[in-house]
Amino acid sequence: MDRSQNHIHGQSAANFCYQFGSDNPLLGMGIQQQFAPFTSPFGASSSTNIPHMDWNPATMLDNLTFIEDKIRQVKDVIRTMVDNGGQLPCRQGDLTQQQQVVNADLTCLIVQLISTAGSLLPSLKNSSFLSQPPAGHMDTVNHVGSSSSFIPNATTISEENKEDMCSPEDYEELFKGFTDGAMEGGIEIDNVFVEEQDAKDGDEGGDASMDGENLPPGSYELLQLEKDEILAPHTHFCSICGKGFKRDANLRMHMRGHGDEYKSPAALAKPPRDASVEHELVKRYSCPFVGCKRNKLHKNFQPLKTILCVKNHYKRSHCEKSYTCSRCHTKKFSVMADLKTHEKHCGRDKWLCSCGTSFSRKDKLFAHVALFQGHTPALPADETKNSSDQISRVGSHQEPAKFPSSMGSSFMWGTSSSDDRGLDVKGLAGCSEDILSTGNFGSFNFSFGPADGFTGEPSGSSFSVLPPEHFQSAQKKGKN
Amino acid sequence: MAAAHRQHKRRRLSPSPAPFDSLADELLFLVLDRVAAADPRALKSFALASRACHAAESRHRRILRPLRADLLPAALTRYPSVSRLDLSLCARVPDAALAAVPSSGSSPLRAVNLSRSSGFGAAGVAALARACPGLADLDLSNGVHLGDAAAAEVARMRKLQRLSLSRCKQVTDMGLGCVAVGCTDLRDLSLKWCIGITDLGLNLLALKCNKLTTLDLSYTMITKESLLSIIKLPNLQVLILVGCIGIDDDALASLEKEYSKSLQVLDMSHCQNVTDVGVSSIVKSIPNLLELNLSYCCPVTPSMVRSLHKISKLQTLKLEGCKFMADGLKAIGSSCVSIRELSLSKSAGVTDTELSFAVSKLKNLLKLDITCCRNITDVSVVSITRSCTSLISLRMESCSHVSSGALQLIGKHCSQLEELDLTDSDLDDEGLKALTGCTNLSSLKIGICLSISDEGLTHIGKSCPKLRDIDLYRCGGISDDGVIQIAKGCPMLESINLSYCTEVTDRSLMSLSKCTNLNTLEVRGCPRVSSAGLSEIAMGCRLLSKLDIKKCFEINDVGMLYLSQFSHGLRQINLSYCSVTDIGLLSLSSICGLQNMTIVHLAGITPNGLIAALMVCGGLTKVKLHEAFKSMMPPHMLKNVETRGCRFQWINKPFKVEVEPCDVWKQQSQDVLVR
Repeated sequence: MDRSQNHIHGQSAANFCYQFGSDNPLLGMGIQQQFAPFTSPFGASSSTNIPHMDWNPATMLDNLTFIEDKIRQVKDVIRTMVDNGGQLPCRQGDLTQQQQVVNADLTCLIVQLISTAGSLLPSLKNSSFLSQPPAGHMDTVNHVGSSSSFIPNATTISEENKEDMCSPEDYEELFKGFTDGAMEGGIEIDNVFVEEQDAKDGDEGGDASMDGENLPPGSYELLQLEKDEILAPHTHFCSICGKGFKRDANLRMHMRGHGDEYKSPAALAKPPRDASVEHELVKRYSCPFVGCKRNKLHKNFQPLKTILCVKNHYKRSHCEKSYTCSRCHTKKFSVMADLKTHEKHCGRDKWLCSCGTSFSRKDKLFAHVALFQGHTPALPADETKNSSDQISRVGSHQEPAKFPSSMGSSFMWGTSSSDDRGLDVKGLAGCSEDILSTGNFGSFNFSFGPADGFTGEPSGSSFSVLPPEHFQSAQKKGKN
Repeated sequence: MAAAHRQHKRRRLSPSPAPFDSLADELLFLVLDRVAAADPRALKSFALASRACHAAESRHRRILRPLRADLLPAALTRYPSVSRLDLSLCARVPDAALAAVPSSGSSPLRAVNLSRSSGFGAAGVAALARACPGLADLDLSNGVHLGDAAAAEVARMRKLQRLSLSRCKQVTDMGLGCVAVGCTDLRDLSLKWCIGITDLGLNLLALKCNKLTTLDLSYTMITKESLLSIIKLPNLQVLILVGCIGIDDDALASLEKEYSKSLQVLDMSHCQNVTDVGVSSIVKSIPNLLELNLSYCCPVTPSMVRSLHKISKLQTLKLEGCKFMADGLKAIGSSCVSIRELSLSKSAGVTDTELSFAVSKLKNLLKLDITCCRNITDVSVVSITRSCTSLISLRMESCSHVSSGALQLIGKHCSQLEELDLTDSDLDDEGLKALTGCTNLSSLKIGICLSISDEGLTHIGKSCPKLRDIDLYRCGGISDDGVIQIAKGCPMLESINLSYCTEVTDRSLMSLSKCTNLNTLEVRGCPRVSSAGLSEIAMGCRLLSKLDIKKCFEINDVGMLYLSQFSHGLRQINLSYCSVTDIGLLSLSSICGLQNMTIVHLAGITPNGLIAALMVCGGLTKVKLHEAFKSMMPPHMLKNVETRGCRFQWINKPFKVEVEPCDVWKQQSQDVLVR
């Protein structure tokens, strides 16, 4: 749990980092020119004074014009590529060069769009961006997957520097983006949320956040997966059609079918998940079970938010409960996570009914007995309890269950020389010592490569790639 | 009866193989009922007369009260028609004994009383439930070791109508829940002192057992959460809520939305948190009350009493131990005109003027209790006797300011009296003479009335043939002649207390031995009573069950021998200071039913004799001994006796032979009061 939660934060952080870290001044945009590059993170503390980008209509107009021009340029380049495609294949080197140029331009466009849109957000930058050649930068963007392995030997900035860099409001804003990103971040993130929510308070995990949103019909793209697909043990899902795969590689192969743009080496490597920015239409899902409220034919249809919601909903509502609790041998579940959640609490349900149902509270049992004719309170065979260890276990389980927004507002931006970059987002949550000392630092200490985490691997790989000295330094800091 | 007896015997001799064929069982049973009423042992001899008599007696018996639990299976086989099984004489009933109850499909057993027994648990109850599925009445009172498991077994008795779980302190909501679901036919349930029960269980009970008519929830943790659902029980007539501290004005206020038509008796005594506000809520929601007990609850204010006038049918009002505010008692007179029974015992603030006013309005009063209303004087008694002429019960113990002249009015005006308590008053022979009109008098308590003499008792003996109970405790002025007159004139006498009437001798006991119904005799501190008198009592009063001969120094082993020979019904005896030795004690212990013995300061008793007697006497439940014996008797022996269900109480009082004269004693008690 801890690790997977770490994983989301990692993803979101990475997402965020990707967006803002690549806010690259090499494109010669006026606003960014103002920023004095900081050569060394430590030395830059006083000189780097990152101003807020005040929302200036004139600047905005300039930016948009710039984007327009840029698009035109790119279109031209591609058109030539298309024209050339009919002829004899040109030299490999030329093609590559052209592709690189296109990619760089596209990246630039995306970055520009984001920075223009979020003009109130602070632009945080690495000095390395400035010194970086366009090709290198492009590399970073396109080969996001591979870059995840380059995790900073980061030189971290002291806390005062962070304070200088970003005022609290900025961070709030940042976190808004951060958490929003997490919400849209897709399957893995939702997966974690579902598990967090104990999987029982709602019909399906995504509902709690979704019921409030009330999307008007048609404002979203509605997908309906078939039963077989839902029940397949998939962990990777196509963001376009929702088809699921066991392996990410298979998903990537599948993506090729959606168009040539997915055939590029970059796309085949690992698609950046902020692609959702491009898909303006939100996706919602329908349950294939006709008659279900979650089915699109239902009068009061309420769509499901994510594929995981679909899976959990379908299993809970329309499937046999095949997982039996190994402790009480009575409660059954169709979703493994539900079983796991139950097993944590099972055994504390000491209020039994003659029908075999057990309750964690006496009043619930008595309400049940009152309701059903012939049911009677049943006395437990033996009163042996191991509640104490359960309590302690639950306690440790609940401790890290904090959401990103509630975490501390300090960031640490680590930069490296050359092409290695990473950021060390560290929610210090007030103090790190006790957290670190209990070994729970995983939930609070993030250090991710810019584009890691969209692969949907739940193993918390981002965690494992952290160099050991990183933690050591963090721990030292905590002790200070 | 004796003739009938003889006739049976003659029939036995006749050649007919079935002598009772001509006699219908119903008629035969009527005969046997009468025989048994005269002498409980007559049936035994009847059964021994012949096979047919034996069979008839077996069929006849309905109630079985065994002395030993281990003989239960045999007894139940012998008496197949027994419907009530009373195990109150078996201090210890192990699970095995209950398991041995023959489990025939249609066991006629309908009632089992285990209230005085211990040693059984859930397994025993389960066996009982299996053997007698048709059980309707089960008393498990005092089962302090019975828990939810036992209650769950009780729940298997689906036809149970009456159940007592009093003092089953380990029963919780779970057990009650089982009972509520299982025994939906319950009419009468006592959960007194079931402190493990909360509102959850009671709510379930109210939901499932809607045939309940009587419910005792005294000293439980009931609060407003379940009171409402209890009150809503459609058939509930009697609700006892003694000492429920969870019941307060707030809880009663929540009743106001509801309305109970059926509830007739409500006992809320000792509910400390109820005030007049709560009482007004009761009045609104339970308008059909016949009896209301608010003893030891709250001060009685005029407004509270006035609200009672809405209960138009109220017959009984008990306000014992309450503090009466000014005009509170007067308001009873004006508001509660329908009441028949009023109890103001031990209440503070009862004055002559208010009581006079109240009783002058309550012409229909049948019972009045003004015990310990020490401030009242002749004025009150005059108004009581003037207006309440139909009184059948008047209790005014310790109303010491009432003069003997006023007490004469009681006998003159209240000729319907059946119960009169004038203990510790200035009653004299004239007052007793005035009682000659009260021919229905059944209970007369005139202890500590030093002015009465044999002359007064002679009047009683001549005019009160229905007297069953007379208390002459410390009546120093009486002697044998008076007691002889009582014994002669009151053949139905069941209980007499002559304690510290130092003039009483064996002559009194000899005359009392003619009262065949006598079951309680107290002659404590009568030094002139001897074994001779006691032997007459033993032979004459076969029903004797309680005997107090403490400080009857003349009584020795001979008396005990007679008792063991004739008084098989003896249950309780106090032998302190008697001249009884080991021999007497051992012979006494042959009385199987003996439960309660007090043996303190007996010079002739040795530890060995004592332990022998204790080992023989299997039915003992409580024994008081001098503390000195504790170290002298082998501990394992004591333990053995204790495991059979006997409790020891070790007394450490100084040896004191002399008895104060009655007047000195009375003066001392008065002095205590003044202080």
